[in-house]
Amino acid sequence: MNEFHSYRRAERAGIARWFFVATFLVLVVAFFRTQVVQHERFRVRAEKNRLRIVPLVAPRGIIYDRNGLIIAENVPGYAIKLLAPSQDSLHAVLARFREVVPLDTSEVGGIMSRYRQAPYQPVLVVGNGTFEMVSRLEEHRAVLPGLVIQSEPRRYYPDGPAVAHLVGYVGEVSERDLESDRFPGAQLGTVVGRAGLEQEYDKELRGRPGVHYVEVNARGRLVREENVAPALAAIPGEAIRTTIDLTLQRYIDSLWQAAAPGVRGSMVALTPTGEVLALYSAPGYDPNAFVGGISTEEWRRLNDDPARPLLDRAIQTRYPPASPFKLATAAMALKRGIATFTTHMPEPCRGGLQVGNRYFRCWKPEGHGSLDLEGAIAKSCDVYFYQLGLRIGLDAILSDGVLMGFRERSGIDLENEIAPIYPSNAAYFDRKYGPRGWSKWGATLNFSIGQGENTQNVINMTRFYAALASGGEAPTPYIVRPRSDQVRDLGLTPEQLMGLRTALIAVVERGTAAASRSIDLSIAGKTGTAQNSHGEDHGWYVGFAPAEKPQIIVGSIMEFAEHGSNVAPFVNRVLHRYVAGPGIPAAPSVIALPADSAPRSMQIVPDSTPQVDPVADDTVLPPPPAPSGP
Amino acid sequence: MRDLGPDRPLLVVTLLLAAYGLLTLYSAGQTDVVTQAHGVWLRQLVWMAIGVVAMAVVFRFSFRLVEWLAPAAYAVAVVLLLLTLAVGTGQGTAASTKSWLAVGGHQIGQPAELAKVAVILMLARYLSGLRESPRNLRELIGPCLIAGVPFLLVLKQPDLGSAIVFVGILFLMLFWSGVKPSLLFMLASPGLSLLLAFNTWTWGLWMILLAVLLFVWRPYVVEGVFLYVVNSVMGALAIPLWQRLAPYQQNRLLTFLNPEIDPRAAGYHAIQSRVAIGSGGWFGNGFTDGPQKRLAFLPAQHTDFIFSVVGEELGFVGVLAALILFLMLFLVLLRIARRATDPFASLVVFGILALFFTHVFENVGMTVNLMPITGIPLPFFSYGGSFFLVCCMSVGLVLRAAWDARLSGYADV
Repeated sequence: MNEFHSYRRAERAGIARWFFVATFLVLVVAFFRTQVVQHERFRVRAEKNRLRIVPLVAPRGIIYDRNGLIIAENVPGYAIKLLAPSQDSLHAVLARFREVVPLDTSEVGGIMSRYRQAPYQPVLVVGNGTFEMVSRLEEHRAVLPGLVIQSEPRRYYPDGPAVAHLVGYVGEVSERDLESDRFPGAQLGTVVGRAGLEQEYDKELRGRPGVHYVEVNARGRLVREENVAPALAAIPGEAIRTTIDLTLQRYIDSLWQAAAPGVRGSMVALTPTGEVLALYSAPGYDPNAFVGGISTEEWRRLNDDPARPLLDRAIQTRYPPASPFKLATAAMALKRGIATFTTHMPEPCRGGLQVGNRYFRCWKPEGHGSLDLEGAIAKSCDVYFYQLGLRIGLDAILSDGVLMGFRERSGIDLENEIAPIYPSNAAYFDRKYGPRGWSKWGATLNFSIGQGENTQNVINMTRFYAALASGGEAPTPYIVRPRSDQVRDLGLTPEQLMGLRTALIAVVERGTAAASRSIDLSIAGKTGTAQNSHGEDHGWYVGFAPAEKPQIIVGSIMEFAEHGSNVAPFVNRVLHRYVAGPGIPAAPSVIALPADSAPRSMQIVPDSTPQVDPVADDTVLPPPPAPSGP
Repeated sequence: MRDLGPDRPLLVVTLLLAAYGLLTLYSAGQTDVVTQAHGVWLRQLVWMAIGVVAMAVVFRFSFRLVEWLAPAAYAVAVVLLLLTLAVGTGQGTAASTKSWLAVGGHQIGQPAELAKVAVILMLARYLSGLRESPRNLRELIGPCLIAGVPFLLVLKQPDLGSAIVFVGILFLMLFWSGVKPSLLFMLASPGLSLLLAFNTWTWGLWMILLAVLLFVWRPYVVEGVFLYVVNSVMGALAIPLWQRLAPYQQNRLLTFLNPEIDPRAAGYHAIQSRVAIGSGGWFGNGFTDGPQKRLAFLPAQHTDFIFSVVGEELGFVGVLAALILFLMLFLVLLRIARRATDPFASLVVFGILALFFTHVFENVGMTVNLMPITGIPLPFFSYGGSFFLVCCMSVGLVLRAAWDARLSGYADV
């Protein structure tokens, strides 16, 4: 065959050689393109194939009190997670997991729904694992594929319930919060502050999470946990220093638990400049129970409890201010020059006052006789303040009250503070009851003794007394830093303020010389009894000490305490403790209190009209319309 | 005349390729997840020993004996292929196909591999027996039948990859026997027409081009008309034929065009192979340390996609080394084919070259998505007994051809 002559073969071999070299070059170029030109793209893709992100939790910032004591800190804890390739396999692994660590059905449901939200991340199974639980799980690791145990900083509140309402608690961010971007930078599973300081200063406390990678195989099974890829360390949250005096806060808690267990109420301590020394609400709860996810049972218990332990009664509950408000009435009169400390009213107190065709009673049926302003404050005489109120007039009471801050929130740096109720002018009553549906006298008399459509929270009332205790300017209370530098000027002269303070020296507590150090502490304060339609009246007491140069102002309310005089001993011991220090035992106190009782709230609507609850909010305990006087 | 040892370059290149292949196979078994590939390199070592023996035995065969045996080998191959269609089983990634013959439950081999050698021998015998190399389409009927029967039988298994190998062998051997490229082009035209028919425009252009080429090359009128009609029929049949393909075959072809249309299923192999290779970069992730392989993202890493392991672990440099070795093998085979003592031996050697070339181009091309995904092994790399044996026997034949050429003093031509 001619075609196989050697020169013909050589000719074809030449063509064939070029053909093979050409295809070789095609392959080389194809690989060069894939491996060198597009290397970065495929490298990233390969990493995405095998790496799964595990967020590293940043330790939250520590919360200190004013002296450097720790209110909230972090302790080592364990987060137990599972990395599963599919829902079915997660189910199977959870079934075996439950033999080692019991989980209830609702918890399993929660785990499954978390998995569906982020199937490529390890799903949190137990947020607050103990060392014992972890060691048991480690024993069974062979039958629990995808088990990831992370040591995670765990929030811890050493004082537990004593600081509950102050610091609040933490919890995983909810889907709704993520949608509304209420916590900027938070991702699914991020732990955020849900109440109190934790919520208010969440941005600073939270820090920035890091990332850690684990390696999975083609079926999504976990292969390696350590040294997979460089991790990004978490940035811890900033520490915050508060104005709280933790020893005082603890003292209040121990006092309350010892002397008034089960009593609902709250106590707030301020310095004259508005620094919050203590903020306490009872009953409390253990904020540590929320760490790592509160159990459904516990959450239900807290929510269903009629005592509503989650409610911060210092800022989230309104009460009629009652007698402590008489100081506001007095301040209005002094400012307007309507009265001085020596002014007597035309009608002496004979246990009541006839206005028009109605008779308004004083809390003391026997009457106080003729008093000047100082005496009326000291005795808390209703009849005196009825007449003073009538002199000032309703419009002035309302407008001056607004100026003093009774219509607005105190502005404390805590979320969810409830706004007080205080009408800005008489048109409020027209709107509410109709122009002829209410009696101006009735409203005036109610307001002059702190009743009526006037409800305040404890922090706001305490703030008002802080103004009395200092230079007449009500500061914005704050725990970390003031939300605003706004102050409410009462418009009183230093002499007038001094006079009010003197009138408030309700108790003089003398330390007996028997102690090695003697103390002579004068305490100023005002009791009050807020009407409660739901049961026994609430007891108010706002006081400060020392009366001449106040260092601390404490306001407190105890629900169903009947009388402010029942509250006063507690507050006085707190004042004593703060001023004298813990070393000095509170001397057996000689307490001479005006046994102030509830001034009756007058009905300002004619008897025939249906009774209207002046306050819509159910967290508020509204003053009931009392039976009209004889 | 120098020393009368076997062809040293061929032995060296083969040895290097086998060693490279074995190392890669060892690495393919080093995974963090238990895969089938675990420990197969040891079994491959056994196959290598058997292969060396087979190579030595084949080396003893005179080409006259081989030429005489060719029809018998061809007949046996066809019978085995028929048998496979009747009682064949699938295995591994191609579990649903019938490409394996089993005796007593043991799968003993893939007859398609044997058929490839048989077709080479039969074609070589047929073409070397011609006085003139085929000049027109009618004279190509014989070779086409020789390759076409096993082609169709293998296609029926179905094993598209192996079927394509028969086409590659046919065309390259026809070329080596002296068939003009224009005639080869005409032979290929119905297939091209089939491929281009998926777009009316490209097909229209193709038919115009074909008319022009027929006018220029001037075949016999009958043949020209016949060819044009066949091309038209192919174009018309394209859609019905497509619809007759199994869905997985359709998917393979579609995902070849764009792997991302089905990244989880059909495109998975194509994507993961490219990801593994692309992540290798210049120097790779290190021998045995390819994460995609280790974590089983790379499918069939010891058989069809073993070259991706090279790409991932040894990078572009390792790929280049392997490709250069293959190119050297081709060039050595080409040299031997050129210097063979007689047309039959020359055609056999070139046929073996065609076999290796088609396998390498198809397999390596598929790992970078240059070719559609077909389950076809890479010579000397992929794990698999029968194919490795075929490779060894082929090398034995080539060594014999080179030996004969040297003995006849033809060596320095």
